[in-house]
Amino acid sequence: MNPAILVAAMAVTTALLRFIPFIAFRKNTPKYITYLGKVLPPAMIGLLVVFCLKDTSVTAYPFGIPELIAAVIVIGAQIWKRNAILSILAGTVVYMVLIQMVF
Amino acid sequence: MKKETIKQAFYKTIPVMAGYIVLGIGFGILLRNAGYGVLWAASMSLFIYAGSMQYVGVGLLTGGASVITTIITTIMVNARHLFYSISMVDKYKDAGKYKPYMIFALTDETYTLLCDGKAPEGTDPNLYRFLVSMFDQCYWVTGSIIGSIIGGVLPFSTMGIEFSMTALFIASFTEQWLTTKDHIPAMTGLLSTLLCLVVFGSENFLIPAMLLITLILTLLRKREEGETV
Repeated sequence: MNPAILVAAMAVTTALLRFIPFIAFRKNTPKYITYLGKVLPPAMIGLLVVFCLKDTSVTAYPFGIPELIAAVIVIGAQIWKRNAILSILAGTVVYMVLIQMVF
Repeated sequence: MKKETIKQAFYKTIPVMAGYIVLGIGFGILLRNAGYGVLWAASMSLFIYAGSMQYVGVGLLTGGASVITTIITTIMVNARHLFYSISMVDKYKDAGKYKPYMIFALTDETYTLLCDGKAPEGTDPNLYRFLVSMFDQCYWVTGSIIGSIIGGVLPFSTMGIEFSMTALFIASFTEQWLTTKDHIPAMTGLLSTLLCLVVFGSENFLIPAMLLITLILTLLRKREEGETV
């Protein structure tokens, strides 16, 4: 298949998924959708956390320990300073050091 | 106000910058090694603009997938974008001329930056959201082009830098937890997805997880309404 057509198919399908709800509810938003708009964000971020860690094995070395340590650092830093940039930087640096030098 | 809006929008996207540039580089390298050069990398990052889908897309291109397979795979990988859009319908209502681009550019990370709602004080909220979306895509496109041009590994080890995206989601999850009293939606998202990962495996858990989350949140709403009647 012509690769340009495949790229176009991916682009159009992705855009459709993003646009359909806006088109479907463009006039007035049903109460149910307003409700979902309120409760979905925390739920979807919870989903994304798991999605990012899906390939972390807890049964084989290093048993997800680097991820666990780095995650605890991100959570701790966020509770302490409430600054996302700082939390992300701290967690990422620790994670990189752990997987490159320790584990 | 415009200057303040640009400043605040840029500041908000800093956590995404490193991750998008490095993951973009990874994508550019992968695509180049598959035989598709810089124009392909730039076009895919400009027009598809969905990180994990573009990685999957490299496989579709080299594997000679059919159009139908490509469309079905895209729906499987990107179905979550339906949910992002559903939860932004109200927020983006009055975005006017910025709205089409903001909808197009609603990636995992941009959604995470913008779903908490309020734009900073002293900014134009619509321009702010538009710029956050645009800065993020700039990082992604830049990374893709760099990766495609260098076509090989970086001179220093970036192994593990992809954790910055995970860290972004964990930090947002924590922040949301600290600012809300009702933790049921957050726990629903986390535990439903975990359950589906265990039951369906890492290849097939996303769609069941989204269905389960929607089901539980819908049932919880009925219960809430039942209590108030």
